[in-house]
Amino acid sequence: MIDFIWLVLFLVGIVTAMFTGNMSKVADAIIHGSERGVTLSIGLISVIALWLGLMNIAERAGAIAWLSKLLRPVARFLFPSVPADHPAMGAILANMSANLLGIGNAATPLGLKAMHELQTLNPDKDTASDAMCTLLAINTASITLIPTTVIAIRMQYHSQHPTAVVSTTLVASAIGTAFAIVLDRVFRRFSRRRRAA
Amino acid sequence: MQNIMSAASEWLLPLIVGSILLFGFVKRVPIYNTFVDGAKGGFATSIKLIPHLVAMVVAVAVFDASGAMSILVKLLTPLLQWLHIPPEVAPMALLRPISGQGSLAFMVNIFGNSKQGPDSWLGMLASTMQASSDTTLYILTVYFGSVGIRKFRYAMGVGLLSDFVSVLASVFAVSLLSGMIHV
Repeated sequence: MIDFIWLVLFLVGIVTAMFTGNMSKVADAIIHGSERGVTLSIGLISVIALWLGLMNIAERAGAIAWLSKLLRPVARFLFPSVPADHPAMGAILANMSANLLGIGNAATPLGLKAMHELQTLNPDKDTASDAMCTLLAINTASITLIPTTVIAIRMQYHSQHPTAVVSTTLVASAIGTAFAIVLDRVFRRFSRRRRAA
Repeated sequence: MQNIMSAASEWLLPLIVGSILLFGFVKRVPIYNTFVDGAKGGFATSIKLIPHLVAMVVAVAVFDASGAMSILVKLLTPLLQWLHIPPEVAPMALLRPISGQGSLAFMVNIFGNSKQGPDSWLGMLASTMQASSDTTLYILTVYFGSVGIRKFRYAMGVGLLSDFVSVLASVFAVSLLSGMIHV
């Protein structure tokens, strides 16, 4: 799937450039795109290091265990294949609460940790497990309470109501997340049936 | 209410950092060394992502620079209009799952438009779309890439379909709440 999408993005781009005369821009995009990929990754070091450090403190202090207890029923329903006392469960719960708080920067390293733990439970190492797909569904849809970046940009553009977007975002992201969870369940059932056949 | 909400968004981050540190200190965790120990992992994680991000960012840049992106938007405009999604936000909706910075650039473009601005209906819609969904392809690449998953199964389908639902939900939410918050 990823092979196909990757190829299509390149081929459609190059063929389109033949007709639109944008070939020089495409050549430029190839060179500078890779540069941006590296810059982006390097830029992530600061954020990931900061939140991994803070979360290490929270974890050792027992905050994750406390949070896990609170959200456990939800996570159990969403991740039936993960044992309740497995480290993956703790990381999933921490990732879910970071997403909920809208601290997206913190959610990524926690999600990566959860993914790493889920991989230890995964029998087929290059294929995504059911739990991994669910984790992604929750992360890509993500209920957001406070969209910090958007509010900051709205302020810069002299919005009279920069935080008005909080309420609309809550409604929209709650609907999106509910759909993501339902879709995940539907696709999971379909994929199982196909695998069994 | 407005003041409380904007204060909340400013105070949230410092409050979270402060309470984590205080909580750790009270529980007698050696907070400085524990932080450094955890932060070490940030470097290795980020470095592992480089090949994945280089691959995806180049592909999207090529697709965009060739003009294929704007052709795609033109082709889809009638369908989007039928779904009550304004054509002005169409490129943003299409770019949202692929590039967070790209769609953010479109949002800023709408804010900067003298006729629209952040408080207009369109400005609110762009804000809500940007805030309520995430860069699905980036998350797929990064999350699966970090552990070496190559077969995504249905994860991409679920992610992209719920992005689509999020766009429709944003139109719904802004229409619903625009009367209440006087935009």
